[in-house]
Amino acid sequence: MRVSRRSHLRNISNFAMPLFSVALVLVSVVLTCSQPANALPAFARKYGLRCSACHESWPMLNYFGQKFKDNGYQLMNDRDAPIWQNPGYWPVTFRIIPLWHRVSTGKVLVDTYSSGNPSPTGSAVQRLTKSGFDLSGLDFHTGGTLEKNFSFYVLPSSDATASFHFETVMARLDNLFGSGWFNIKLGKFELDNLLSEKRILTLTGNGGIYQLYHFIPQGDGNIFGQMGDNQLGVELMGHSYSDRTRYSAALLSSNNGTVQLPYGNAYTGFFAASQAFDTGKAGVQRVGFYAMVGQAPTTFLTSGGPTGPIPGSGIGNKSFSREGFVGQFYFGQHVDLQVVTQHGQDSAWFGQGYGDFIDTGATTTCNGGQPCNNTTGTVLPAGSQGPTWNGILFEPHYVYSPQLIFIGRYETIRMSRQANGPDSASPSASNFGNISTYTIGYRYNPFMTSRAGFAWHNEYNWLHQDGTGPTLGLTSANVNTSELLLGFDFDF
Amino acid sequence: MQTTVRKWSLLLGAAAVLAVSQVAWAQLTKYDLESRMGTESHIGNITGHAKDAKADYRRYCVVCHGELGDGNGESFPWVDPKPRDFQLGVFKCRSTPTGTLPVDQDLFDTIARGLDRSNMPQWSTFTKQERADLVAWVKHFSPRWVSEKPGTPIQIPPEPEITAERIKAGRDVFAKVQCWKCHGVQGMANGPSAATLTDDLGRPIAPFNFTEGARPKCGSTDQDLFRIFMTGLDGTPMPSFADNIKPEEAWDLVFYLRTLEPQKSKEKAIAKQLALKPVDPNAPAGQQ
Repeated sequence: MRVSRRSHLRNISNFAMPLFSVALVLVSVVLTCSQPANALPAFARKYGLRCSACHESWPMLNYFGQKFKDNGYQLMNDRDAPIWQNPGYWPVTFRIIPLWHRVSTGKVLVDTYSSGNPSPTGSAVQRLTKSGFDLSGLDFHTGGTLEKNFSFYVLPSSDATASFHFETVMARLDNLFGSGWFNIKLGKFELDNLLSEKRILTLTGNGGIYQLYHFIPQGDGNIFGQMGDNQLGVELMGHSYSDRTRYSAALLSSNNGTVQLPYGNAYTGFFAASQAFDTGKAGVQRVGFYAMVGQAPTTFLTSGGPTGPIPGSGIGNKSFSREGFVGQFYFGQHVDLQVVTQHGQDSAWFGQGYGDFIDTGATTTCNGGQPCNNTTGTVLPAGSQGPTWNGILFEPHYVYSPQLIFIGRYETIRMSRQANGPDSASPSASNFGNISTYTIGYRYNPFMTSRAGFAWHNEYNWLHQDGTGPTLGLTSANVNTSELLLGFDFDF
Repeated sequence: MQTTVRKWSLLLGAAAVLAVSQVAWAQLTKYDLESRMGTESHIGNITGHAKDAKADYRRYCVVCHGELGDGNGESFPWVDPKPRDFQLGVFKCRSTPTGTLPVDQDLFDTIARGLDRSNMPQWSTFTKQERADLVAWVKHFSPRWVSEKPGTPIQIPPEPEITAERIKAGRDVFAKVQCWKCHGVQGMANGPSAATLTDDLGRPIAPFNFTEGARPKCGSTDQDLFRIFMTGLDGTPMPSFADNIKPEEAWDLVFYLRTLEPQKSKEKAIAKQLALKPVDPNAPAGQQ
């Protein structure tokens, strides 16, 4: 009997082990091979096209997708009008990412305790690592045409705690005067960045944004020059029939996309132009430039004390600018390289922390402990100068197929002039705030249809910043942060 | 009893033969596609290679036209008109006589122009090389390209001057070749035959409505319209009139059709001056 039971167990084992092995292999294949594939399924469903038609790999646009977007989410045929949609069709797509990630930050200042003493007895610097399962925010995309040549896009977006805001709300008049050269957009929208951060292929905290698009020098109060954030304004955009030549000019409120006019009466301009070239089998190459030139307030009326700014009362505008070149280079059907450069410049006032008084008025001080408000008689500390910097990013892709893409990115930003110059009382090191970061990853879409998108995403990011860690002796520590992420990126 | 058994045997035998032939056909098709991977196209001084278009076809085209080019992609059930079956080697937009294969340039132009009133967008974002490769890829689906040569493009004589006489003559041609039977007397696609039209595969198809301001599928220039009359749209009920009307009559018809469109044009202005009326289907021949 015992022998029989053993035999039975052995039979089960003989059967179960291969089954388990197969299951393990299948799970491994799914977990290691699956990745994202499609884009806004609402558009794919409308036109019966796969996501790959418009996306090099969802959500990054390819040339055809860029043209579709530039035409106001229209293919420029009679199927653009909503009359072609089934009356029951509601063009909404949601996107969210369940994930596991691990974040490790070097040189974090922590309290130290002695045995039996509940109060900190000192401090130390150590690495902090956290990991676990998590969620991304949730996006609800809806966009398309209200009528032929009347387009819209609305995107309520939440953070991971379901706190919502309007990421995008815009309406667009397309092909004014019957010409693709004149299109007007009004609302909150993404700036005309050829390498779009809203369609970025990476998801980690530091790798999921372009550092170049958000760079603010250490201690700088200018939050208004972040070209990666959607902005409120009006945009005139135009392009040739084949979209080879394109331009845009936008007038924006200098409020970094924040609604209800919280800062002041200041405006920023954003300009971009590019030209594409047909290079035969290599593909279509595009080069262009952009410039963001604006002003933002440094002086605010206060109420209830010097650290209580009145929203919307900003004056004392100071200037800033970001400009650079963009290149999109293709080397056949599988390899491409995206390049963006930037030269940035802020007023010396921003460099000393003035500007974002509304958000930080009660917590941040400038100029020897004073509120960061450029009130009458305020003078800059000796040796102050407008900070400048230069940066570049390279993002190569290997597109094995529309369903599998490998991603790499290297970004570096180098300060060329610090706000606290050599003549100041405490000059900054020349490399203070410099950033270097690289990201590698891949996305695999196990299926590719015109109905939904699903991607297995795996990514690693490493970021290094000079001098922004806790002060060790006379110098501040450099900080290294790394992040590993695995997740299911899906939309429907 | 014996008869019943024999009947069943025959039926099963026929079914088996049919099944085997279907399998054989499917295998043959895949084999043929592989063997035709060397298909080329020639657009000016550009040579397109089918094998180089595989990735683009899978990325952009397969959703409608299918892996085997038979028009049976995943979007087949949802799009109307249905995607082209490349295996048949029959194309609407040609510069060649009806019944013949198009030249490579015709397919090259169609890819960039797209087909209005269908789900085929304008693929103008490809490089010329990529488009030429796709033309070769489209050709490799059909055995017709192996056994037949493309037709010789028709000659389009220079466009004559637009006159009132020509527009009136165009109206007579419109009546003579009975365009109105499908397109309607006012070009509104409501002729007596309109509701009964089907394509070569038996699917319902609507005639072109000139009054909507839409672009004709195969181009909207005067030369494009002339070409459509003379080549027809193969696979659809639109025939070629190359044997029925002379080239100058085709130009007259082009000018008359412009008067039916909503867009402002010289032809429309002349028709207004003439107070030109739609054709009368019941009028005796030559008395419009």
